[in-house]
Amino acid sequence: MADLHNHDIEPTRPDLGLEAVSSAPVVNDGPAPMGKQLLGFWVTFRAMFKKPNTVQYPEVKEPTAERFHGRHQLNRHPDGLEKCIGCELCAWACPADAIYVEGAANTPENTMSPGERYGKVYQINYLRCVFCGLCIEACPTRALTMTNEYELADNSRESLIFEKQDLLAPLRAGMLMPPHPMYPEMNDTNYYKGDVPHAHPSQEVKND
Amino acid sequence: MSNEVVDMITVVIDGFEVSVPKGTLVIRAAEKLGIQIPRFCDHPLLDPVGACRQCLVDIEINGRAFPKPQASCTIPVEPGMIVKTQLTSAVAKKAQEGVMEMLLINHPLDCPVCDKGGECPLQNQAMSNGQSDSRFEGTKRTFEKPIHISSQVLLDRERCVLCARCTRFSEQIASDPFITLNERGALQQVGIYEKQPFESYFSGNTVQICPVGALTGASYRFRARPFDLVSTPSACEHCASGCSLRTDVRRGKTLRRLAGDDAEVNEEWNCDKGRWAFKYVTAADRLTHPMVRNASGELQEASWPEAIAAAAAGLQKTSAAVLVGGRASVEDAYGYSKFARVTLGTNNIDFRSRISTAEERDFIASTVVRAKTTYRDIDRADSVLLVGFEPEEESPIVFLRIHKQVRKRALKVTAIASKLSIGNEKLSANFVCVAPGSEATALPSVALTAQSVILVGERACESAGLLSAIAALAEKTGAKLAWIPRRAGERGAIAAGAIGNLLPGGRPVADASARVDVAAAWGVTSIPSSLGLSSDEIIAAVNKGTIGALVVGGVDPLDGENHHEMLEALQKAFVVSLEIRPSAVTTLADVVLPVAAVTEKSGSFLDWEGRSRNFEAAVVDSLQRSDVRLLSMIADEMSKPISLSTVKAASKEFASLGNWDGAPSALSLTSVQTVSALQANEALLTSWRRLLDEGSLQQGEENLAGTARKPVVVISPKRAASIGVTDGEAVRVSNSHGAIVLPVLVEAIHDDAVWLPRNSRGSHLLATFGVASGAVVTVVKD
Repeated sequence: MADLHNHDIEPTRPDLGLEAVSSAPVVNDGPAPMGKQLLGFWVTFRAMFKKPNTVQYPEVKEPTAERFHGRHQLNRHPDGLEKCIGCELCAWACPADAIYVEGAANTPENTMSPGERYGKVYQINYLRCVFCGLCIEACPTRALTMTNEYELADNSRESLIFEKQDLLAPLRAGMLMPPHPMYPEMNDTNYYKGDVPHAHPSQEVKND
Repeated sequence: MSNEVVDMITVVIDGFEVSVPKGTLVIRAAEKLGIQIPRFCDHPLLDPVGACRQCLVDIEINGRAFPKPQASCTIPVEPGMIVKTQLTSAVAKKAQEGVMEMLLINHPLDCPVCDKGGECPLQNQAMSNGQSDSRFEGTKRTFEKPIHISSQVLLDRERCVLCARCTRFSEQIASDPFITLNERGALQQVGIYEKQPFESYFSGNTVQICPVGALTGASYRFRARPFDLVSTPSACEHCASGCSLRTDVRRGKTLRRLAGDDAEVNEEWNCDKGRWAFKYVTAADRLTHPMVRNASGELQEASWPEAIAAAAAGLQKTSAAVLVGGRASVEDAYGYSKFARVTLGTNNIDFRSRISTAEERDFIASTVVRAKTTYRDIDRADSVLLVGFEPEEESPIVFLRIHKQVRKRALKVTAIASKLSIGNEKLSANFVCVAPGSEATALPSVALTAQSVILVGERACESAGLLSAIAALAEKTGAKLAWIPRRAGERGAIAAGAIGNLLPGGRPVADASARVDVAAAWGVTSIPSSLGLSSDEIIAAVNKGTIGALVVGGVDPLDGENHHEMLEALQKAFVVSLEIRPSAVTTLADVVLPVAAVTEKSGSFLDWEGRSRNFEAAVVDSLQRSDVRLLSMIADEMSKPISLSTVKAASKEFASLGNWDGAPSALSLTSVQTVSALQANEALLTSWRRLLDEGSLQQGEENLAGTARKPVVVISPKRAASIGVTDGEAVRVSNSHGAIVLPVLVEAIHDDAVWLPRNSRGSHLLATFGVASGAVVTVVKD
């Protein structure tokens, strides 16, 4: 116990020259003059007249940095087909084991993405996700990207496991809700090259 | 093997000396040193072909170097050889990188969508032995993808590196050359004959050995990545071949099974049934809760204590017997065996839930229990005799092993049967054609030596006098004899004593010292001394009223010839059924206890050699229990404990009992039945089960069923002429119970015989005819 103050175990502090100050005799000169006291409060007074820095969240929301890592999104091709091919490379890359994917085969009746394969089950567990973005780097089709959305709080564990429908990007103008056939005369390579501008009328599936 | 002199040759590879037997390939000598030369086409069990050129190395012999790098998978070692692999030779390294670059020119960037991704030799070796860049800037060659070459296997020709592993396997190992290399140059591709799909019983192996994702299985397609899977070494439950398997599970669900590597048994192969028939475990109708028949006569879900108490109460009231199917693990069979003797106080137990005879039971007790024939004996045999046994359909790995020797050294195979089978043709077997039931008469004509192997199937019991004649023949000639049952659990059930005339370890019930042995080990005062009844006799006794209760585990009434009597008996008796899925037994049972399937429990099987095949639970969080544990609970409830609360305990106790070292019981000759004269249009029925048929463990496997052989009626040319039919025309086969109409196939078959598959689509002989072989049926044009 005697060695508690041993210098071997105590981290060495930088020499700030305090030793000399503290070793000087303390002299009490009585209260400082008024002017000097007001000078001491200068910072306080100045702050009282400044515009407050507080953001009234959630009433007011500030935009994040452009490349902020927020909630994921599963993107679509311009005709609405899903870009995800269910390859599981995101799940493989994930250091937190937050992603679960099951692939399945596209069939002529049920084409969800260009090519042979689509992601049938896609889950991201936001209780585990560390928003590192390695999944985005792993994605070979740019299906998975991150949005700037950061409001990911909820009151149950289940609701924080996002399913495919929670992650899919909304349909934009010119898109059709899959399943529907691929763009006529185009193959999956054309899709990746960006040759598909928007949905073709023949892709519309008639439900009758 | 020890007396064989092996010439050793010493070579230097990358500066290290290694001694290997003469004839060893350079690539394998390098493996011995731990030097990995990249390769695609090379496979230790296939003939060298040098197709992919990936394994190029620099070789010099006695100071004279080859002018160019050589394929190390085709060159055997020679004295004075100095080999430099990619590790020490810049030339070899550059050559390998060049080959890899060329293989990748037309290989599509499919890795993210390819099933092989993550376990792909091309992917791995492109990383380890390839360059990071390609100089190719053109357009890749494309093919239509994927194409179904059978309902089970898909071919993606773009991905193929033309290693010819699949075509060599099909030709050399399976002898099903339905797949071949077509075209030449850049357009060379694997293909099938236009009108004949790739319907081989062994097609799954080509998927497993494909070094790229060119061949994929329809069932596993896109289901998982290797890192999702938890692999467990397991054993196959489908037949007595005893394949070691690897079961891959994702989130508690079996997604695929692969052939395990066991040089003594299945080498690296298995059959499509073992590979692709496992969905029965996850079938929607799986029994999950115990059920007890209530006062109003309906089966009602109950708690475990209720169900165990109900089973115990019912079994306590009356004399009971045990029928355990041929699919139980050794541990479960041992549980049934001990339960019958200790708790029920009876020897009335029989595992033979199929056509069986008293002669067979004597044959088992006298001959099978001491049979020591193994796969190795087939390798060394000078001839093989097949009786009542169709290896390709009934024990496919035995077929592969015989075929290997037929190919390697023209092993002589003789088949005594009524019909020449596809498998026998592939084995170039000498076909001894006999009428059904007269197989024994052909035995004396077969020349056998002490080096010969006689393989007899479970169907041999269907021909009276055959089994005893075979045993006598083996005795006389000194030939090695093996009895090969169809089901995985039968040999284990014999060892466990789940039959009326044997106690565990092959101890005869009739032998007083054997009974004392077992009684002492079990801590009971005595073991019942009277011989137990066979399954047919047990059913008759229930119908007569002398037996009042049955414990039934894994039995299908439609597997026997007397299924009407059996259903009547199940109705009459108090039945405790231990089952996986609902069956004819569970619907009539009074207490139904759900049990674990093979993938959900640990245990072992004995294959036809008597070799132990252990398996571990692949699905660990299953709530299902092993049969032996439930039997132990019932026994406790009846206050006659068998103390086998775990599979481990059962296996330990069974092992400690050991084998019987006393004299086995003797087998007396049974007389051969004479066949009565046949009328015109009458024929003797002969049949066997096909590997892929309507068996209950294959239910729900549509892709697998798609590759099953089409059901046909087979008749001889003479009969075809007399009833006026040609190939493909419908023929009606009937007896007093029912009729089956199927297309006809005119083939080499005994003129008195007609062949039908025993349990295929549209041909359920036991359900329709009540018999499956030897009986007289009428064959007419439909």
